[in-house]
Amino acid sequence: MKLHEYQAKGIFAEAGIPIPDSKLAGSVDEVVEAVESIGFPAAIKAQVHVGGRGKAGGIAIVSDVEEARAEADRILGMDLKGYTVNQVLVEQGVDFVDEYYVGVTMDRGEGKPVAMVSTKGGVNIEEVAAEDPDAIAQEHIDPAFGLHPYQARKAVYDAGVPAEYAREVSSILSTLYELYVDNDAADIEINPVMITADDDVIAADAVMNIDEDALFRHPNLAEMEEDSYQSDLERKAGEYGFDYVRLSGNVGIIGNGAGLVMTTLDLVDYYGGKPANFLDIGGGAKAERVTNALDMVFSDENVDAVVFNIFGGITRGDEVAKGINEALESFDEIPKKVVVRLAGTNAKEGMEILNTDLVEVEATLEEAVQRAVKNAKEVSQ
Amino acid sequence: MSIFVDDDTRVVVQGITGGEGKFHTQQMLEYGTNVVAGAVPGKGGQNVDGVPVYDTVDEAVEAEDATASVVFVPPAFAGDAIFEALDTDLDLVVAITEGIPTQDMAKVNKRLSEVDTRLLGPNCPGIITPGEAKLGILPGNIFESGNVGLVSRSGTLTYQVVSNLTDRGIGQTTAIGIGGDPIIGTSFIDALEAFEADTETDAVVMCGEIGGEDEEQAAKFIAEYMDTPVAGFIAGRTAPPGKRMGHAGAIVSGSGTGTADSKIDALNDAGVPVGDTPEEVADAIEDFL
Repeated sequence: MKLHEYQAKGIFAEAGIPIPDSKLAGSVDEVVEAVESIGFPAAIKAQVHVGGRGKAGGIAIVSDVEEARAEADRILGMDLKGYTVNQVLVEQGVDFVDEYYVGVTMDRGEGKPVAMVSTKGGVNIEEVAAEDPDAIAQEHIDPAFGLHPYQARKAVYDAGVPAEYAREVSSILSTLYELYVDNDAADIEINPVMITADDDVIAADAVMNIDEDALFRHPNLAEMEEDSYQSDLERKAGEYGFDYVRLSGNVGIIGNGAGLVMTTLDLVDYYGGKPANFLDIGGGAKAERVTNALDMVFSDENVDAVVFNIFGGITRGDEVAKGINEALESFDEIPKKVVVRLAGTNAKEGMEILNTDLVEVEATLEEAVQRAVKNAKEVSQ
Repeated sequence: MSIFVDDDTRVVVQGITGGEGKFHTQQMLEYGTNVVAGAVPGKGGQNVDGVPVYDTVDEAVEAEDATASVVFVPPAFAGDAIFEALDTDLDLVVAITEGIPTQDMAKVNKRLSEVDTRLLGPNCPGIITPGEAKLGILPGNIFESGNVGLVSRSGTLTYQVVSNLTDRGIGQTTAIGIGGDPIIGTSFIDALEAFEADTETDAVVMCGEIGGEDEEQAAKFIAEYMDTPVAGFIAGRTAPPGKRMGHAGAIVSGSGTGTADSKIDALNDAGVPVGDTPEEVADAIEDFL
């Protein structure tokens, strides 16, 4: 789960990391009020869960009230890579002489957190990592002990941060690691840490992503999850508790288990179709869950045909069949053709229950996908 | 032969009194697995389907000579349950639980480096040696005893590929789900190494998916150390970057690492044919045998 910049900065500030003066604003008038109290120059920054906001036009530097009004009017309500901007952070403009990167994330390969510092701040750190990995100093952390102070210092020295800022930057890194642990962050970073013309060290941006599996022990963070959905469909999926990703094609896909659903998407593509979504109903789904899944996919206007592929382990074929029947019998006319393939636990019982007047049935995954691709092509032509 | 589990494996089920734990204990018993004990704090003295329950894993091991545990404990308590199992000197711990916080697993991972116990999972379907033992939630009836090893990150994809094999009369030595989380106890390489050493495994299927670099590292291992032929499958070719595809670990990063292409190329370079469909994986295995 991604936090907004203003949310992350609030957490940073509370932990003692210096941030620029800032105010959250949701209307042009609020922006004007904010810049008048903060002063000029000021930055107006869109609060949306999108990387590269600056390049996409979601950040403006303004030097007077007129400009602030015009830019606020432009940014508020704009569409940034599929997200509507409802809030902006109005922030004191900072005259800086240098920019660094400081962050903590999980190194999957090592199975350990890693602290990172680079003097190549202010640019996409993943690009730095790809092009010039030596420019990022890394210290792997033993989670039993945490980040030793010497490690924080070492990372800062190794990165080549000038001596006069080393103490402050390493202190920020240590605080970031504490926040990483205390909040069960998946990753946490400041890019850039700015060295201002007055020799201050401040966090000019803030990224904090929380491990969704740990939200149960952070109710305060869970409350912040309100507006991270990109579309009504994603919101609906969240309410139903599905793992769902919307794609751009027209073949709706429902299945159980991440690997098998991904494989079904890949096969749709392989057989010349275009997947409309990833929808995993999870293990052990009951009839109601199946009905909800069909409702989701039917309500996606891009979907022309559906493939429903279940290989039951803990999921039972008869429960799935019951759910499919219930969902489809509620329609006078089936909105989109559904191809069903049931295998595994209670598949035979499921096939006996399944109302085959309402769905098309195939015995194998490959055949089911090919039929759904054909159905979708017939509709879209 | 087989790897990691066989009919000598004696199993303690952690969380045996919960819904999932109870159901799958019955299934494991039906399959013929030696489930000898359960462990649930506060439930010592009860029994589930004739299996005695103890308050701690330690007591269960002491009383019933358990050699392996299966963890069906809810995510908030699963990290602790795995620690308990690791501190009890078992040979194998199979963690089925999905949704354990990653930082809990980082701590478990640290402990793992200090003990001899093997951890399988978490967020995995478990392990089965057909005809001998099943530890986890895999549907036993689709497996058949034979000479092909299978290792996969995903549960249902394992079932799919196994059924493609079994339908042609190709059985399995052992099938292992290593789990879809970012931090897992047993890697592809661990499983491949064991299959390579197993004299009855004549070919191996490896099913990977997007995210991380385990498949790339496995490819290097195959090229350098394996004589047993391997066929591969990689799920997630059509996954867009930055989106988590169900599994916590199944995500292509913004900078393009963890892609299906990179994994398929690495496997092909190691001489591993990668099927476009599960059926093609079975074709490749049939060619090997």
